[in-house]
Amino acid sequence: MSEPAPVVQMRGISIAFPGVKALDGVDFRMFAGEVHSLMGENGAGKSTLIKALTGVYEVDTGSIVLDGRPLSVNGPAQAQEAGISTVYQEVNLLSNLTVAENILLGREPRKRGVIDWKAMRARASDLLSGLNLDIDPASLLGEHSLAVQQLVAIARAIDVQAKVLILDEPTSSLDADEVAELFRVIRGLKQRGVAILFVSHFLEQVYEISDRLTVLRNGRFVGEYLTDEILRIELVHKMIGKEVAVLEGLDHKTHASASASASAGDGDGESKPLIQAIGLGSRGSIAPFDLDVYEGEVVGLAGLLGSGRTELARLLSGVDHADSGELSIDGVAARLRTPRAALRKRITYSSENRRSEGIVEDLTVRDNIVLALQADRGWFRRIPKKRQDELAASYIQALNIRPPDPDALIRNLSGGNQQKVLLARWLAVAPRLLILDEPTRGIDVGAKAEIQKLVAELADNGMSVIFISAELEEVLRLSHRIAVMRDREKIADIANDDVSVGQVMTLIASGAEE
Amino acid sequence: MSSQAASPVSRADERFRALRRLIPGSRYVSVLVTLGLLIAMFIAGSARYRGFASGQVVLNLFVDNAFLIVLAVGTTFVIVTGGIDLSIGSVVALSTMIAASLLRAGWPPLVVIAIVLLAGSTLGLLVGLVIHYFDIQPFIATLAAMFFARGLCYVISLDAISISDPFFVAMAQTRIPVGGGMQITPSVIIAVLAVIVAFVVLHYTRMGRTVYAIGNGGQSAMLMGLPVTRTKILVYVISGFCAALGGVLFTFYTLSGYSLTAVGMELDAIAAVVIGGTILTGGSGYVLGSVLGVLVLGLIQTIISFEGTLSSWWTKIVIGALLLIFVVLQRLFIARRR
Repeated sequence: MSEPAPVVQMRGISIAFPGVKALDGVDFRMFAGEVHSLMGENGAGKSTLIKALTGVYEVDTGSIVLDGRPLSVNGPAQAQEAGISTVYQEVNLLSNLTVAENILLGREPRKRGVIDWKAMRARASDLLSGLNLDIDPASLLGEHSLAVQQLVAIARAIDVQAKVLILDEPTSSLDADEVAELFRVIRGLKQRGVAILFVSHFLEQVYEISDRLTVLRNGRFVGEYLTDEILRIELVHKMIGKEVAVLEGLDHKTHASASASASAGDGDGESKPLIQAIGLGSRGSIAPFDLDVYEGEVVGLAGLLGSGRTELARLLSGVDHADSGELSIDGVAARLRTPRAALRKRITYSSENRRSEGIVEDLTVRDNIVLALQADRGWFRRIPKKRQDELAASYIQALNIRPPDPDALIRNLSGGNQQKVLLARWLAVAPRLLILDEPTRGIDVGAKAEIQKLVAELADNGMSVIFISAELEEVLRLSHRIAVMRDREKIADIANDDVSVGQVMTLIASGAEE
Repeated sequence: MSSQAASPVSRADERFRALRRLIPGSRYVSVLVTLGLLIAMFIAGSARYRGFASGQVVLNLFVDNAFLIVLAVGTTFVIVTGGIDLSIGSVVALSTMIAASLLRAGWPPLVVIAIVLLAGSTLGLLVGLVIHYFDIQPFIATLAAMFFARGLCYVISLDAISISDPFFVAMAQTRIPVGGGMQITPSVIIAVLAVIVAFVVLHYTRMGRTVYAIGNGGQSAMLMGLPVTRTKILVYVISGFCAALGGVLFTFYTLSGYSLTAVGMELDAIAAVVIGGTILTGGSGYVLGSVLGVLVLGLIQTIISFEGTLSSWWTKIVIGALLLIFVVLQRLFIARRR
């Protein structure tokens, strides 16, 4: 039996940005009355593909057909007219206006040239009840929960009689009940024949709601599958891009010494953990978790993007605040209200956003290195110039920072060297626990190896490290112990002896079912 | 699915909501506080001074502050978008100078008024274009316009020019009886009209709602497909127009043009708007609140003049204290909502 013609058919889509091929010959199609999940890790090209479809980006090559007609749109407004509605990742609505306005502004009913508020509220009310949402359309949007706001955004999107509804990470700020409500709405829309493009990092949700999946990796089309016909583990492999067989052969090589020192640590029967988290959690961000980190131990955090890796790190380093549980350092209860308080306890966090939360672009390498140390001393006790030079020179040498010029502006360094400067910044304050969030992302192989080597050495010298990386091989190679994260929850805590990448992947894909 | 079962409930709910809409919600709190303050000040004044509790005292608030009401209307538009316009005081002075010098040259008064309004709007348009297309902070762009307009005044004349045009004199001296022996000036009618038009525009047109949408900040308004660029520029045109209109009313009030007049009047307007409950970061505020703000400022002056022995500088001190209180109130209010 032949399939019905797809509503959206994208063929051979390529988009290049300066220096990067964001999409390379990607095919994508959607059918009416189906939920289609777009899957892929960060940088796979999901949002680029969405933006190609909504006319935000122009495609270099390839064709887009909507309902049998070639689609050419210039921007979101035209896409909307053509029947493609988008609900963006963050709720992009106006919290200072009423719910009714947020749904209808730009298409508001008017009478004799002025807005007919009564008709507007009635129309909004109809749309909301269609979503089973019982809120007063005259109330301010900002008074409602994020979940309701998300539904209001959807009400706005479907009011234009959309044929295609794009939901980019609609569940990232919702709790379980709210997600269930959203899914009910999605199913209703599906029955009305709307084609829904669903993007989420939550595998559970993808499996619950979608009929079909398309996997992208590094800007390339990997495959299109029916959700029922692909196992989670297969899907994760497709997203990350390694076959199980290949992966299994990879490990065992490097963590021999690591597990040796870990068991040495375990041998010290009475050794207390450096930090201990019991039931630490923050609603809407990460479910309560327990975690011990011992001195000289490298704990790897494994999980997909959005699994709660970064959220966990931010809780431990005082960036975010826990609303449940306890954290103790050296057996003493501690509350870290700010990163500065964490710094006083010698806990430092190196963010995954190197550019926005790491380096200070307009300062020199030297200034960037001494920044944390200076902050720790207080601004009135300036580090003497001579000491600054010594520090910079020694770290440039020790970490092999290129160019070896303390006066170079950091923005002119390569990503790998910027990362080394950040490492130097944190090492300069002699941390006891160093939390590294994706320290090797987007840097070249040589620098990556150097950073890995450095982490191992630091741990050998008694520093504790929490190491976060999307690359499981790297996590396995470096860590003594691995905490596995999935869907904002810590689902496993395993000692890294004889663990294979495949095993960890299995955990990531299906932890709850084991 | 459950829509039939739900409908009687939602009908009752609807009635409940309609009822609740009548009860002023939290978003009107700052306006109500201002209204309460105004009433309290009036009661206190009436208790303390003989002759204070008269309708004419209230109407005189409008008579003496008609120009400021119009300025506050324009400023409300700007501040609701999250901007600011520092040029309006200078534009008032420029308007008085243009009017006085053209009248002295024998131009017909209605043409003069049209030219003044056009000049103010044009200056506002330029400011709006600069702010939008060069992405300049409104503070800086309107500061430049402030110096520019003030400088133009001196180019026209260094000395004050008095106005003897019969139409202007008539506008200054006409008193319109409103019954009970009370009277207002034509300027009051113009100011009230300006308020009504502004109210309708802000609350019943897409342009007005877009003004609020822009004040919410971020890209949302643009992503929702609202005409952000046009509205943002238009807001400064409106402010410039209101400043010029305020200037015309001020000319009716003083019957002269003078380069040094209305120095700092933009700050009075901003103060009135803030006391009226508009938040400086934009996104919320009411033009009627701004009118109340002007009346509060006017009433402070009235009380001080009734007191007789107090220096008029007390006006500034009280305004300063009030402003501080209102800004702190708003801050607390926003903090509680988060």
